[in-house]
Amino acid sequence: MQKTFTTRTVTAIMCGVLATAGFAASHAGEENKSVTARHAMMQMIAYHTGILGGVAKGEMEYDSAMVDAAAMNIASLAAMDRATLWIEGTEQGAATDSRAKPEIWSDAEGFGAAFEKLETAASAMVGASDAAAVGAGMGDIGGACKACHENYRGPEN
Amino acid sequence: MLRRFLIAICLLAVIGLGVFWVLTRPAPLNAEFASGHVADVENGARIFHAGGCASCHVAPESEDKLTLAGGEGFASDFGTFYAPNISPGPEGIGGWDLPGFARAVTRGVSPEGQHYYPAFPYTTYIHMTDTDVTDLFAYLQTLPVSDTPSKPHDVGFPFNIRRGLGLWKLLYLDEAYVMTGEMSEEVTRGRYLVEALGHCAECHTPRGPIGGLQRDAWLTGAPNPSGKGRIPNITPQGLDWSADDIAYYLQSGLTPDFDSAGGTMASVVDNMSQLPEGDRAAIAAYLKALP
Repeated sequence: MQKTFTTRTVTAIMCGVLATAGFAASHAGEENKSVTARHAMMQMIAYHTGILGGVAKGEMEYDSAMVDAAAMNIASLAAMDRATLWIEGTEQGAATDSRAKPEIWSDAEGFGAAFEKLETAASAMVGASDAAAVGAGMGDIGGACKACHENYRGPEN
Repeated sequence: MLRRFLIAICLLAVIGLGVFWVLTRPAPLNAEFASGHVADVENGARIFHAGGCASCHVAPESEDKLTLAGGEGFASDFGTFYAPNISPGPEGIGGWDLPGFARAVTRGVSPEGQHYYPAFPYTTYIHMTDTDVTDLFAYLQTLPVSDTPSKPHDVGFPFNIRRGLGLWKLLYLDEAYVMTGEMSEEVTRGRYLVEALGHCAECHTPRGPIGGLQRDAWLTGAPNPSGKGRIPNITPQGLDWSADDIAYYLQSGLTPDFDSAGGTMASVVDNMSQLPEGDRAAIAAYLKALP
């Protein structure tokens, strides 16, 4: 278990480094710190989803404390106030590394609803009593990620 | 002298036209197609999802994934193709019979005897079994009708001469599978799902100058026809995911790094997630068995 976490952490950090290198390669638009903060938030969501997904896939042992903590952290991340993060004028093309579609602002209500969907799905995961229950709950969490990315994330830079 | 020369030219032209006419003739289909098989609508639904029909034939931006009104545009080097209405009404396939449907899906020939453009992946569907085609046809009859007329393709000369597609088919419409040799039952099932239904190769395999798939570079990735980015190599040379990772991705849309599927793959995951678990595992086994 401990080893799995260490390996995963190292992998996650390496992915982060590679991703940063990739981002650095594309310089469309102006630098904006909110974009970096958004990416950090997304990485946090991916990290915690990874814990739940690892259990669902049978790669990690089920541990109720870990599952609940991961689910609650995702719900909290999804519930963050978006005012500081999604600042108008930081869409793809306007801000460096951004893949945010203009629909985030033109359809702010839909964007908010998409985050609420993730919050609901993650909250429902809290208390999942075994790996099968985690697997069943993953459908809604993955679905929330995918639906939001489909509508509000642009193609790779 | 000149007269004889002109006659010779005319004769050659007539012979040439005749040969072209014969070579490009839409092929007929066995009239006893699937006779004696009682259609299984439930299996038809599975073929519908595995074949990804909805991904192209649902109206753009529509959330209703079962009304196959058509209208989605597909840009290519030859022009823009628009998916037609294939709902079971007068604007779609309402008046069609089974042999006509089978010929359309597996040979790319309309009931009026006209070649379809290979934007419709009949080069994949040619491998579909007769009973699966029958079940799919029965399932499509259960879907809602749309009155939206099909949009004509936006294709310029010479590609707008559909008869010429007969020659293209001689080159690229091939009944042989790409993966051959000894393989497990699971990989065989995966081959059917990928090569006969899922038409993964349509995007993941590079194309030659006239749009034929390069079968010797099968699933090794290709430029994105939208012009932005590349469709990835999904052979073991290009994708180091485990078979479980691949199957889980097709089910959940989540990559091993827990990013989510993007672009047109999101729609593919919508379809694949509705298949039985064993089918997704079979697709993964097939991809892992590629060179």
